[in-house]
Amino acid sequence: MAEAVTNVLLCGIGGQGVLTAAEILAETALELGHDVKKTEVAGMAQRGGVVTSHLRFGAKVYSPSIPPGEADILLAFELAEGLRWIDHLRPKGVALINTLRVVPPVVSTGLFNYPADPLADIRKAGIDMRAIDAGGIAKELGNVRLVNTVMLGAVADFLPLPAEKVKAVLTRRFAARRPEMAEANTKAFEAGRAASRQAQPVPA
Amino acid sequence: MNARPQPQAGTRLLLSGNEAVARAVWEAGVRVAAAYPGTPATEMLETLTTYPDLVAQWGVNEKVSLEVAIGAALAGARSFTALKQVGLNVAADALMSQTLAGVRAGLVIAAADDVGLSSSQNEQDSRFWGRFGHLPILEPADAQEAYEMTLAAYEISEQFETPVILRMTTRVCHVKSLTTVGQRREAPAKGAFTHDPMRWVLVPATARRRQPVQVERDKAMAAASENSPLNFAIAGSDKRIGFVTSGPGFLNVREAFPNAPVFKLGFSYPPPIEKIRAFAKGVERIVVVEETEKLLETELMAAGIACTGKAILPASGELAPEILAPAIAKLLGEPVPVRKATPAAQQVFPRPPTMCVGCPHLGAYYTLARLRRQVTIAGDIGCYTLGALHPWKALDTTTCMGASLTMALGLDKGRSPEDQDKGIVAVIGDSTFLHMGMQGLLNLTYNKGNVTVLILDNHTVGMTGGQDHPGTGKDAYGMAAPRVDFPKLVEALGVNPERIKVVNPYLMPVLFKTLKEEIAIPEVSVIITNQPCVLIEDFERFAPYQVVEKDCTGCGNCLNTGCPAILVRKRETVTKNNRPQELAFVDIDMSGCTGCGLCVETCGPDAIKRMAPIAKGGHHHG
Repeated sequence: MAEAVTNVLLCGIGGQGVLTAAEILAETALELGHDVKKTEVAGMAQRGGVVTSHLRFGAKVYSPSIPPGEADILLAFELAEGLRWIDHLRPKGVALINTLRVVPPVVSTGLFNYPADPLADIRKAGIDMRAIDAGGIAKELGNVRLVNTVMLGAVADFLPLPAEKVKAVLTRRFAARRPEMAEANTKAFEAGRAASRQAQPVPA
Repeated sequence: MNARPQPQAGTRLLLSGNEAVARAVWEAGVRVAAAYPGTPATEMLETLTTYPDLVAQWGVNEKVSLEVAIGAALAGARSFTALKQVGLNVAADALMSQTLAGVRAGLVIAAADDVGLSSSQNEQDSRFWGRFGHLPILEPADAQEAYEMTLAAYEISEQFETPVILRMTTRVCHVKSLTTVGQRREAPAKGAFTHDPMRWVLVPATARRRQPVQVERDKAMAAASENSPLNFAIAGSDKRIGFVTSGPGFLNVREAFPNAPVFKLGFSYPPPIEKIRAFAKGVERIVVVEETEKLLETELMAAGIACTGKAILPASGELAPEILAPAIAKLLGEPVPVRKATPAAQQVFPRPPTMCVGCPHLGAYYTLARLRRQVTIAGDIGCYTLGALHPWKALDTTTCMGASLTMALGLDKGRSPEDQDKGIVAVIGDSTFLHMGMQGLLNLTYNKGNVTVLILDNHTVGMTGGQDHPGTGKDAYGMAAPRVDFPKLVEALGVNPERIKVVNPYLMPVLFKTLKEEIAIPEVSVIITNQPCVLIEDFERFAPYQVVEKDCTGCGNCLNTGCPAILVRKRETVTKNNRPQELAFVDIDMSGCTGCGLCVETCGPDAIKRMAPIAKGGHHHG
């Protein structure tokens, strides 16, 4: 596989803003002169199904998909989804996992069980895993819709992209679309950064 | 949407394949674009509504959209249509004849194949249409190529006076990558449409005259393909295998085998056989990497170029690097590479797509599920196809757009003695009804079927993300347009006015009673549900409901609505009449609840109560 390509796998469920977060990271990489490819999953996945976005950037990117075992970073917007995609990480990869649980109807109606302790299962994989209570942080900041920004902040210091640049792209996006949210987003971004720094990495 | 200022020529943009095609369609000077939504093609037409200088419109189906584009191309305007693979089946009648007559101005058909089946009922390979219809096929691998090949497609279309198929796949449509764009140029003027019945009126005599033209065109296109810069070889140091590939397969080959020689096809039909033959001489063996059918491989074999492909690669789905690498290692007799991945976690529950919280279809399917044993239910294509799944399990068939009504007639007329007392129900959405259901309903009334038709009118094309159609009162730009009146329409199609009922699907007792009555009457009935999709502007949210914990008996009835906002708080097994009984005590996710009240109707002990209105965004999800 080509060297110097960074693979970021974002995962979650339909409606969580996974694709928007991937878009912001992709724009950042683009502005820094990287070749970028980013997949989008649409169609039936919009209806509460599993959503992933594969983001690849570097000098030259061919295939848009991250092969299993090649992701450098896993950014999971939901706990069980983090567990589902953990085998896409390379052995020394980093996983940033939002501890939010979203229980689907197949679990509610008793067909399947939600794993009792997904974090423990992820830890067993022996990777650098950091659990982020993005929902709690967003709630403290007064708006649960800031969850995505918290997660972007959480991943910012693990990317080969300057965190300040990610923040600038994020801020600009909100300045254009929702100026009243720009300041709250900046705060959420910094809170996410702090949370992932403080989160205890589990040694491999 | 209205025309927006567009980025300057030379700008590098992060575009999806669909957005890149739209940009190139605009730059090519196209004046008419028509399409019906379908994943993964939808965003091509959607994006075109943001460009000036052209007319972009939603057609009621793919056939009418292609015919509009054909008409425009005969009038002298470059034109465009986009459709998904199964959409081209619908449009094929127009395609297969117009290919004989050809076009005046350029006509490009972007056909998007859902390789990997992310949102389709089959995985057919649209490259067949090139062989079938004597049409050129261009196959981009990413957004930059989609942009460039769309521009090239208009040149080829006008050079050979034929429609051109731009073959996209999900991985081209929905992958964003860097694209350098240019500027709009007016297309070459074609002058006024002139009366030329020998060309444009296809009857046996004229069609016969066009057949030799088509044969000559085939030869000329094959020569053009041999010389096209879209077909080229890339040198490589490891000559044990030379890959011949097209579309996203090319990127996957480059990713997995950076040192291998590659022949890349962009103008993939007619294939540049001699160019590939020359390429084959410089390598030890040829492997064809094509998604998804064995088309190119068969043609190379027929031309006497030894190769392999589908004997060692999967016959369906995407040919990703992790699929190619072990197959090629095996072919070379090398050890299969073992990836040093993080170990897989335990099996995580599936998270199938589901209907939304408060979806009006929930009421329809909860009601149909209660009638399950008395009816056979023919389904159709849309969000409501999900009604086949747990907990409703309320569909027996789904085949293609519009097939609910027609297959229902067949189920009625062909019923066995055991099924004499069964009701036959056809379930179809508003947009699907307008796409291909109207003919089926007319056929049903004309042939005196005993079928109850349920039209789930949620005022949008839901599955593809909420596009407009003639039943929404808005056009592709969101501007006011004539709105079809469904009761009048079905009456005009022969349904007895007394057998046409409009019902609010959230009032399940009314819907249940209406369905029972209409199923019992041995003629065609049409029940139209009239509440909007929860994802469109017309939808109104109300204060959410909550479960009074002490009153919930754990019966689990409300879970049978399938509403994702109803969550199980705890489970218990009790013994009742010496039998174990599973109880599920519930909660409602109040941040998601739309206050539709469906679950209230299912709650025996009346344990679900409406909350006072809450401030927006004030509740934590989950």
